[in-house]
Amino acid sequence: MTVAIQGGRERARAVALVRRVNFAVVVFLALYVAVGLLQPNYLEPAGAMNFLRRAAPLAILASGQLFVLISGGFDLSVGSLVTLTVIGGSMLTANDPSKTWSTIAALYAIGLFVGLINGAVVAYLKTPSIIATLGTLLSVNGAAMMWSGGSPRGYLPDNFRMFGRFVFHDVPVIGIFPLAVAVLVAVCALAQWGLHGTVFGRRVLAVGDNPRAAELAGVRVEFVRLGVFVISALSAVTAGVMLGGFGGVSVDVGRGLELQAIAACVVGGVQLLGGRGTVVGAVAGALTLTALFALLTLLGLPQPLKDTAQGFILIAAVAIGAWRRRRAV
Amino acid sequence: MSDQQAIAPAPAWRRHSAAPPLLLVGSILLYVGVALWTGQTRMLETDGVIGLLQRMVGLGIVALGQTFAIIAGSIDLSVANLISVAAVLASFIMQGRADMMLAAVLIVLAVSALVGVVNGAIISRLQVSPFIATLGVGLILQGLLSASFTDFAGSVPKEFQLVAYSTFGVVPYSVAALFALAALASFVLWATRFGAHLYAVGGNAEGARLAGIRTDLVTIGAHVVCSLSAGLTGLYLASRLRSGAPWVGRDGVYDLESIAVVVIGGTLLAGGRGGVWGTLAGVLLFATLDAAFNMLGVSAYPKLVLRGAIVILAVAVYTFRTRGHVA
Repeated sequence: MTVAIQGGRERARAVALVRRVNFAVVVFLALYVAVGLLQPNYLEPAGAMNFLRRAAPLAILASGQLFVLISGGFDLSVGSLVTLTVIGGSMLTANDPSKTWSTIAALYAIGLFVGLINGAVVAYLKTPSIIATLGTLLSVNGAAMMWSGGSPRGYLPDNFRMFGRFVFHDVPVIGIFPLAVAVLVAVCALAQWGLHGTVFGRRVLAVGDNPRAAELAGVRVEFVRLGVFVISALSAVTAGVMLGGFGGVSVDVGRGLELQAIAACVVGGVQLLGGRGTVVGAVAGALTLTALFALLTLLGLPQPLKDTAQGFILIAAVAIGAWRRRRAV
Repeated sequence: MSDQQAIAPAPAWRRHSAAPPLLLVGSILLYVGVALWTGQTRMLETDGVIGLLQRMVGLGIVALGQTFAIIAGSIDLSVANLISVAAVLASFIMQGRADMMLAAVLIVLAVSALVGVVNGAIISRLQVSPFIATLGVGLILQGLLSASFTDFAGSVPKEFQLVAYSTFGVVPYSVAALFALAALASFVLWATRFGAHLYAVGGNAEGARLAGIRTDLVTIGAHVVCSLSAGLTGLYLASRLRSGAPWVGRDGVYDLESIAVVVIGGTLLAGGRGGVWGTLAGVLLFATLDAAFNMLGVSAYPKLVLRGAIVILAVAVYTFRTRGHVA
């Protein structure tokens, strides 16, 4: 900010720089500091790592949902796919650690299948994605219930739970390093490269901005739509594998996660109906929501009021984003 | 929702959706076919048919309101939460006393209208997308409700239960009320200035604004209608269940199902085209599926799987001819 005083041009440049910083990053840092003031553990490296570990599934879901949102659609089926992943994991491994790897492969195959169905229904049957993925939400939830007989219990084998639980100890500087954080970093890097570093990523943005123009420019719109739904579904399986390590097996592991993932993206400045969004924004949005939940827990708010606070934050984030865009024009 | 679809003009035969008659005939064939096939001819007598129509009431009333929101180019995800609020509020205020009935109904409707105004104002004044605005308002409502009530709250008096359980001859009050509301909604959409403005704003909001329509008021109006219908569904549920609990709306999945039946009924999700009779036909299809699954003895979970697939297929049947782009 001291730069701003030196003159008009520097000032304009500084303002432009500040504008380019994602708003969610600023909100996240503010919230995180507030959390840290209430509970100093969070400001230590180990506390920060634990925070990231807990935020990882939502951040991964958000970076997958991001592709669908940017292409102009919604993917409401991811929460149910997370549930199916956890329940399928417990049914397929049946407490036998030696089956873990084949199970994970099978779960990704299921995710690929669900993603292809979503994509095909939207791209070829031209069904609006809200309805299409709502249909898969119902079906996938039903399938998970059917598979488990309705009341699954217990835990996944330990080597399956490793992705959510394992922590490297005695790491220099940061002390502990959860495996989940490594997965998170890898997924974010992959998403960043996929969206901002590949032709496919440019095409996703183009399709979301104006599908007709993209088509005239030679983009195969149907193929792009298939791709984004597959990416979203695979991210849901990844998040599900991780959440399986966090807690026990139940039918509502994934309930509501689709809306949280969309909310995270929106808080991160992603524009619904397509054409605008960044991976940094989506991940920062997910971290913001997680920090908000942590803050509300520390303040002793009961669970229902956390929903209320989330509702306010969601509306405020989008209203502020809309206001900033109107002012910038 | 998106104005990309509205740009491509539809051929004349698509402008008047073929959905309502098709769904009606399809539902009747399905119902009669399954009843005959399983030998449950009792279901084809008056009682069975009335039972089928009674299944339509809860979802039907809220879906009528959702039709208004969607025609205006908006969407309302807060209805399920508002239904819970209305049901709990009604039974909490009544506490089993008949003299509180009128007060409770008026308060519930006032609260619903207020929620509608808030939804509409957030969308039109703060320029928040309807998806996020109503999702947020729904979270706020559900949070406040679940923080205040954890179980069935209060109860409704015998007199109020008549709403759900009493009949004119063979026709239940509630079924008659559903069709009366549908007729009223249809009249508003086709014969009033507000109805015309709804289609105009949903079809092309900027065009409507340039033509001098107060688009913000139209959006708010659509959401008030939608929220009032959710309030009525909440009152109906309180009457039928004899008390309201904070999960009645969410357990009924009224938010997503009301959107699904509106779209199945031929109303364009992007807004500007559609009507309430299609919506009712969509509700009839859902009720018929439920009844058919029951007659066939399909258990709860496969029912869910089939239901999801049917939602997709029912919409895909007439979207797959779309030439433009759909996201």
